[in-house]
Amino acid sequence: MKLKVLVLSLVVAFISSCGSDAKKEEKSSTPVEVKKEVINVDPMEDKGIGPVTSITLAEIDQTMAAEGKVVFKAKCSACHKISKRFVGPGIAGVTERRTPEWIMNMILNPEVMVAENPIAKQLLAEYLAPMANQNLTEREARLILEYFRTKTSVKDE
Amino acid sequence: MKTIFKSLLAITAFSVMLSSCKDEGSSNKGALSSSAAEKVYVAPGEHDEFYAFISGGFSGQLAVYGLPSGRLFKVIPVFSVDAEKAYGFNEETKPMLNTSHGFIPWDDSHHPDISQTAGELDGRWIYINGNNTPRIAKIDLTTFETTEIIEIPNSAGNHSSSYVTENTEYVVAGTRFGVPVPQRDMSIDEYKGNFKGALTFLKVDPEDGTMDISFQILMPGFNYDKAHPGRGDSHGWFFFTTYNTEEANSLLEVNASQNDKDFIAAVNWKVIEEYVKNGGGTKMPTNYAHNIYDEHTHSATSTMKKEVLTINPAEVPGAIYFLPTPKSPHGCDVSPTGEYIVGSGKLSADVTVHSYTKMIKAIEDKNFDGDAYGIPILNYEAILAGSVKSGGLGPLHTEFDGKGNAYTTFFISSEVVKWKLGTWEVIDRKPTYYSVGHLMIPGGNSRKPQGKYLLAMNKITKDRYLPTGPEVTQSAQLYDITGEKMKLLLDFPTVGEPHYAAGISADIIKKNSKKFYRLDENKHPYAVKSEADAKVTRNGNEVHIYMTMIRSHFAPDNIEGIQVGDEVFFHVTNLEQDYDVPHGISMIGAQTSELLIMPGQTETFKWYPKNIGVWPFYCTDFCSALHQEMQGYIRVSPKGSKVPLTYTLDGDAVDAE
Repeated sequence: MKLKVLVLSLVVAFISSCGSDAKKEEKSSTPVEVKKEVINVDPMEDKGIGPVTSITLAEIDQTMAAEGKVVFKAKCSACHKISKRFVGPGIAGVTERRTPEWIMNMILNPEVMVAENPIAKQLLAEYLAPMANQNLTEREARLILEYFRTKTSVKDE
Repeated sequence: MKTIFKSLLAITAFSVMLSSCKDEGSSNKGALSSSAAEKVYVAPGEHDEFYAFISGGFSGQLAVYGLPSGRLFKVIPVFSVDAEKAYGFNEETKPMLNTSHGFIPWDDSHHPDISQTAGELDGRWIYINGNNTPRIAKIDLTTFETTEIIEIPNSAGNHSSSYVTENTEYVVAGTRFGVPVPQRDMSIDEYKGNFKGALTFLKVDPEDGTMDISFQILMPGFNYDKAHPGRGDSHGWFFFTTYNTEEANSLLEVNASQNDKDFIAAVNWKVIEEYVKNGGGTKMPTNYAHNIYDEHTHSATSTMKKEVLTINPAEVPGAIYFLPTPKSPHGCDVSPTGEYIVGSGKLSADVTVHSYTKMIKAIEDKNFDGDAYGIPILNYEAILAGSVKSGGLGPLHTEFDGKGNAYTTFFISSEVVKWKLGTWEVIDRKPTYYSVGHLMIPGGNSRKPQGKYLLAMNKITKDRYLPTGPEVTQSAQLYDITGEKMKLLLDFPTVGEPHYAAGISADIIKKNSKKFYRLDENKHPYAVKSEADAKVTRNGNEVHIYMTMIRSHFAPDNIEGIQVGDEVFFHVTNLEQDYDVPHGISMIGAQTSELLIMPGQTETFKWYPKNIGVWPFYCTDFCSALHQEMQGYIRVSPKGSKVPLTYTLDGDAVDAE
């Protein structure tokens, strides 16, 4: 399924502090330009922006899912409920709406995602509270993904 | 003229910004490169080169500044309560201010000193003394929090403190006042010969910096004013200046200025350490508080200690000598090599410098000029290295640049004087504004000073800043000391009255600075690690709210069933696990401060509901775009009401999936 996303894309030179290391180079003085654009994004193709580029899924590993539930409860449940919209979106069925890579990148790299990824930007516009970075490891994010796979949109509990 | 200066400043600022993306050291040369403004300008987003930890004096705190900009980053609460950070207000930190006199909400903080390894600053901890109710505090430089306070028994006016030895083996705490030891009801007139002056050595745990009183030397009842450790060859010795060797107990400004010379007490702590190891010393009953803050429970505990090991100097020959030093010496400073011991006679025009090598020879030769209470007095001429004839008045403190120069402050003539070690010639003098006390060169009290900047700390500012009524700020002044002549770069106001400061290269500390507390390491007994575990419990009229906070709501945020006359504990855990996302909380009518809770931390405040109604609480630290929505209600019913105890979030139980 295709999702039409209306994006306000802002071409803005990055303000970077050059004193510290590993920051982006200052861009040349491109004039600020605002244009409306309609982008066709297939959320089941979009892998998001972040450390996770490719995930191959096997059968659901129940042990991993159980571990993921523990991490989710500790680090995420204050803002996400399974069954309902809360501070952030409800979780049930998320793996049917987003790619595994997108889900993990949203957990691991939320600041960049809400700033640059069209779907994440749209979610921020809708929910207003930016996704918090809870400083999880890639392994913890993977466990949470496994837990999410058990929470399909068909209510099973 | 002012306009010209302003435009110059603007041009400088602009040009620095333009050049800020170039490599280090490529700043534009030319007419502007020597301007003071450029030298202290740290562009937006850039970091300072040095940390300066400046004591808050009668504020009781320790302020953290950047150099060369003079920007204030943080005021670390140490000996005084701080409502902003809930220090001394929340249940977790109240024990930090416990003493044998009970809870003390204030002190007079003096001499910060950074821990050292092999004579160089290692940036792990900083120690500072409370002068009034004698205490030494330790601040952890990963969290910038006070993590330990130990009271010093048998001491009064804890002034010749809290300096560390070159491997941080010990922190010292010397008494300013002679007092009866142990305290007893006696005539003040019987001071002379009966009062004692305790010099306390606190052993430091090399792993975590924790202090423990090792021994206390019961010296004659002089006033022990300032101190510094030996280093290099003189490592193993500690030097303390004294005044009032007259042992006057009234009108000291006259009666303690009678003797032409007082002493610097040279204490060989290694000899005393050995004596103690062999069972020496006398255990004396006493009572003092030892308070430790645990980073994992986020809570402090206070333990009363009942005994201290005292040393009678007469019983340890070879451990202590007196170095005669003119005119009630104040500052006692040791050169980077450890060879020179500088005593600043505060009523004198000259600075007296003793030689460690000559001191050792005089000891070997038994070149004594009698003794005081059995402690040998070394022959003044035999130990004198030289004296600086500066022409200034009222020398107080000396620091070193590591390039063979020393810098001494002169209080009465309001100036800093640069002079050369060994030749004692005066190289430069610059005025201060006004009445300078301490000075600091980063690393200036170590084997490796970084002689780039000198910070002078002034007692009086009068007309230097916009007036603020009768009470005006104290100040610090930054000088460039890279050249032959000193150059004044910057004035900036300080928090309270700065008594000494410690400076260190920012690179040593900033990489270790903690970003947040890990939730999975939180061992607070009332911590809630997940919102689903939030709860409210009642036991009689004692109610405990186990609450969580995250951007941007509390859980629970609707609580009913609280009654007038309850004692309500808010135990609040910040569930965030990211840098710089603190939340605050306060409750209407709470007779205490807010809580300001760092990510992963748990803190507690108490609230006594006095009136029925529905009362709000809210987040006090702007945390997100929805900060203003971060709020909740508590329903207070009459005592004995049948309203059940409930707690919810969004109309559901907090553990709703």
